[in-house]
Amino acid sequence: MELSLSTRIQGEHTVLEVGGEVDVYTAPRLRERLIELIDAGATQIVVDLGRVDFLDSTGLGVLVGALKRLRAAGGGLSLVCDKEPLLKIFRITALDQVFPLFATVDAATEAGPAA
Amino acid sequence: MATVRLSFSPAPVHVRTARLVGVAVARRAGVAEELLDEVRLAIGEACTRAVALHRQYGLANLVQVEMSDGGNYVVRVIDRAPIEAGLGIAALPPEELAKESLTDEALTVGVGFALLAGLVEDLQVRPVDEGIGTEVRMVWPVAR
Repeated sequence: MELSLSTRIQGEHTVLEVGGEVDVYTAPRLRERLIELIDAGATQIVVDLGRVDFLDSTGLGVLVGALKRLRAAGGGLSLVCDKEPLLKIFRITALDQVFPLFATVDAATEAGPAA
Repeated sequence: MATVRLSFSPAPVHVRTARLVGVAVARRAGVAEELLDEVRLAIGEACTRAVALHRQYGLANLVQVEMSDGGNYVVRVIDRAPIEAGLGIAALPPEELAKESLTDEALTVGVGFALLAGLVEDLQVRPVDEGIGTEVRMVWPVAR
C-alpha cells in the first residue's frame, strides 16, 4: 500500500497521520512533510502510526531526524502506536527509549509538550 | 528443494517487490504465519542495505536475492560493493541514537543492522564466494 499523509491541528499539537508503507522508497516523502511542518512553525508534532502497516530503518531514521530538529528548536515529537509488530521494532532498535510512545493521539496530546 | 531467484536494479522502488516475493515464497515454503512480518522486514532491510551500498559506490550491478526451501527457508541477499564497506556495520547503543553528532545516514544503517540482528536468529554477513561483494544470509525454520 502506498504512503498516505494527512495533517491536522489538535490543541497545541500538529498531528501527522501516516498510513501504508514507510520504507526506503516512501520515507523521503515523510521526511519532506515533517520538514515542511517544522519550517512552518510546528514545534509539538504527534506522528500517528496507527494506520502504518510497514516501517523500516529508513522510516525510523526520518522520525529520529525530525525529533532531533524539533528538540534543537525547543519542541518535541511523540509517536502514537499500539500495534505489537511496530512496537517490537521500537524495542529491538532501542528507539522506545528515545521516543515518547503513546497508544492514542489523545494520550499523546494530553501528555503536554513532548520531551 | 525449490529455489526462486530475483535480481533488481539498485533502486529503492524495487525493494518492496523483493519483500513481496520473499514473503510469498516463505508462505509457500511453510514458514509459520507469525514469522512472516519478520521475514518481510528482514528481507527489506537486507535489500535496503544492498541498494544503499550500490548507490554509495555508484554501482549499476543488480542486487541479487535467492530464496530456497531445502529443509529451512534460506534467503541470501547479495551486493557487489567492496567488502570493507559491507562488513563494517554495527548496531548502535540507545544512548548514541538521539545524539546530535550522529548523521541520519549512520543512524539508519545502525538501526537497520539492529533490526536484522534482532529479527533473524540465524544471520550471517560474509564475503561472497566469488568476486567482490557481501552476502547477507538469513534462515528461518519451516513447519511441515
